[in-house]
Amino acid sequence: MQIKKQPSEYDVVIVGSGAGGGMAAKVLTEGGARVAMLEAGPYFNSEDANMFKWSYESPRRGAASRKHPFGEFDANIGGWEIDGEPYTNKAGSNFKWFRARMLGGRTNHWGRISLRFGPHDFERKSMDGLGDDWPLSYDDIAPYYDKVDRFVGIFGSREGLYNDPDGIFLPPPKPRGYELLIQKAARSVGVPMIPSRLSILTRPLDHAAATHRAPCHYCSQCGRSCSTHSNFSTPSVLIPPAEATGNLEMILHAMAREVTTDSEGKATGVSYVNTITGQEYHLKARVVVLAASACESARLLLNSKSDRHPNGLANSSDVVGRYLMDTTGTTMMAVIPDLIDGIPHNEDGVGGMHLYTPWWREKQKRDFPRGYHIEFWGGRTMPGYGFMGGIHRYNKILGEIDGKPRSSGGGYGMQLKEDYRRLYGAVIGMSGRGESIAFKDNYCEIDPDTVDKYGIPVLRFNYAWSDYEILQVKHMHETFSEIINAMGGIQLWNSPGKDSNYGITPPGSIIHEIGVTRMGNDPKTSAVNKFNQAHDAKNVFVVDGGPFVSQADKNPTWTILALAWRASEYIIDQMKKMNL
Amino acid sequence: MKKDNKHTENNKRQISRRDSLKYITLGTISVAYLAGCSTPEEIEDKIPKVKKNYPGISEEDIALMKQKFFTDHERETVRQLANLIIPADNRSGNAEDAGVVPFIEFMMLDKPENQTKMRGGLKWMDFESLSRYEKEFIKCSEEEQQQILDDIAYPDTARPEFSQGVSFFNIFRDYVATGFWSSKTGINDLPYEGNMANVWSGAPQEWLDRLSVSYDS
Ligand SMILES: Cc1cc2nc3c(=O)[nH]c(=O)nc-3n(C[C@H](O)[C@H](O)[C@H](O)COP(=O)(O)OP(=O)(O)OC[C@H]3O[C@@H](n4cnc5c(N)ncnc54)[C@H](O)[C@@H]3O)c2cc1C
Ligand code: SF4
Repeated sequence: MQIKKQPSEYDVVIVGSGAGGGMAAKVLTEGGARVAMLEAGPYFNSEDANMFKWSYESPRRGAASRKHPFGEFDANIGGWEIDGEPYTNKAGSNFKWFRARMLGGRTNHWGRISLRFGPHDFERKSMDGLGDDWPLSYDDIAPYYDKVDRFVGIFGSREGLYNDPDGIFLPPPKPRGYELLIQKAARSVGVPMIPSRLSILTRPLDHAAATHRAPCHYCSQCGRSCSTHSNFSTPSVLIPPAEATGNLEMILHAMAREVTTDSEGKATGVSYVNTITGQEYHLKARVVVLAASACESARLLLNSKSDRHPNGLANSSDVVGRYLMDTTGTTMMAVIPDLIDGIPHNEDGVGGMHLYTPWWREKQKRDFPRGYHIEFWGGRTMPGYGFMGGIHRYNKILGEIDGKPRSSGGGYGMQLKEDYRRLYGAVIGMSGRGESIAFKDNYCEIDPDTVDKYGIPVLRFNYAWSDYEILQVKHMHETFSEIINAMGGIQLWNSPGKDSNYGITPPGSIIHEIGVTRMGNDPKTSAVNKFNQAHDAKNVFVVDGGPFVSQADKNPTWTILALAWRASEYIIDQMKKMNL
Repeated sequence: MKKDNKHTENNKRQISRRDSLKYITLGTISVAYLAGCSTPEEIEDKIPKVKKNYPGISEEDIALMKQKFFTDHERETVRQLANLIIPADNRSGNAEDAGVVPFIEFMMLDKPENQTKMRGGLKWMDFESLSRYEKEFIKCSEEEQQQILDDIAYPDTARPEFSQGVSFFNIFRDYVATGFWSSKTGINDLPYEGNMANVWSGAPQEWLDRLSVSYDS
């Protein structure tokens, strides 16, 4: 076997084309750098999305499957399991790792919830003693959030909340009826609900790189990607401007194996394998930018061992893989009497909630650190696989025709048929999404025994929730019950108790992996500096969620985009100064 | 070095607002066009060849749609049970009319892990009717069938000795519901009025009034 050397040398090679990689490609190419982008998956264009497909066009009515864990029409290629690309867990650990393998990575089908971190979120250790502070502040990142808002587009409302800073917002869509009803109930128990902040265009953007992006047509199918480029995905928003510069070379089906280094320890490029032909390549570049998703980038670094970097590249501190975090989560559903016998109307709206609850108890005393936000759903959505499943648990609420109570749910026949009609749109759901604490002992490492089908050593996870997270999730359920009770609703199941850790989702399952190449000023305790630059090899950068020091109760992608923009400007600046 | 350069050409196809509206119309037409199909062959004929990387009906699905899981006896049991669960009325047809039987059969092949529950449950129905009426479920009169269902369709009050029947019926009811309500018939019946290009300007006033909520507070 021969390793083919790529003849031309690039200024930068980016590994991965998701949020971080896409943003780096845009900013670096526009800054004049010649960029090669390696992506392990195939090409994807959201114009090929499953827009407007009906459930009945699918023989499984859109059911989820191993290949499409979020339903058949979902745009993702990849999932919780990928053939030939295993990962493992240490005994007692059950980390779930979701991976995309396609141009744009997980940005094709993500939830578009686009939240800025607030000032507190960068200095949590100073506030409660747990984890670490970031080496940068909200003021350092705010100009980049602004740039992302303007370039990508986001709707929201100006609320003036200190730790949920306002952005540069397009107008938010009006709430749906059931959302107003929940809002009324939530407010009555002291829980706020405000317009959500999603990267969906409710108005056209007025800059030149957005002319191909139509405003949203409210089909609520963002998870299928968007054929009119109305929401954010890397292929819709970041690849076109990068390509327009003529400086971008996308190399697809290219699985990076390791970052190569010279005798001084500086990176020289990346070796990769073509996933279709099996041919091995090496590509030279002045700068290497990793954006393969947090854990994949950590894996690449740990697999890039050399005499100068015996513990893996950028890992003299031994923190690579450590301080792994995922968001906490738990869910409740309820049937709401006021929503029974609804009035038919097109309730689709955007692909996601129109209202949400930001963390509202920063100042109150509580038995857990950090906070959570609440996401809501419900309404007259397109019936698909699993439609009103388990109705026997809740149709009792309708009573008998003569007004007497029903002795049991379930049933069959005419009454049941009518029950479905009457209860359609009357079930709501809510999910808490909370901040976990960064611990050194929650980590991914190289599994000593296992390789994937390309012969690349795979990751092994070790992750356990602490009481901090478990008590937080308990509080989520208390809040859910309060809101549901205030609406006179009936929970579809009992709030989970201590025996099940209050229903906390397994780590990884909220798909916000971050923290495994954390940033800091001290090279002994961090992998990269505040410009996402490796302490140990100054021409290596990590621009996915890896450099996050703490999590915030906010979904990570807006911050990944802002930090990637900032790091890329820094790279251009340093290249101009001949420091790279 | 071999590179996949298709993307470059594809990305030039940046679409304007007008193009996107054209796309939307096209999308709607093709949906209407497909809606009348029910057999796998018809669907296969009308669906444009699956694009590379395009989620949706695959070659494997088409192969599955041609396979059988149920015996004729089981399929007839499924048909009768499904129609007892969702009968026809003046608003829409019954489960069978909405294609529930082939849907359940497909799901058995698609998610084989559920096969035993289904097969065993159908068998349970037959054994129950045999012991009560000395005939298989499908040979029973509707009244006799309903007597069995009355014992297993109401989980909160069912007697413990019927617990297996109750479990089966809960699952079966859910299959019938998905199959019926996600069909074109079911969607029109509910009705679900979305899945189209729309301008969302809020919920209808009538609905807001019913909920005693408004956009002003
Ligand atoms: C269903 C779902 C909903 C979500 N909702 C939200 C939300 O509402 N808000 C939010 O903020 N976040 C959300 N997320 C998370 C969000 O998608 C991620 O935070 C974001 O995509 C991370 O970007 P990334 O740069 O790490 O790259 P990713 O999007 O993870 O993409 C990484 C890319 O790198 C490629 N790659 C990996 N390894 C290699 C290698 N060795 N060589 C070459 N290429 C490689 C992969 O194929 C992939 O395409 C959601 C995720 C999912 C799955
Ligand atoms: S809801 Fe809007 S942004 Fe989402 S897929 Fe539909 S048109 Fe696109």
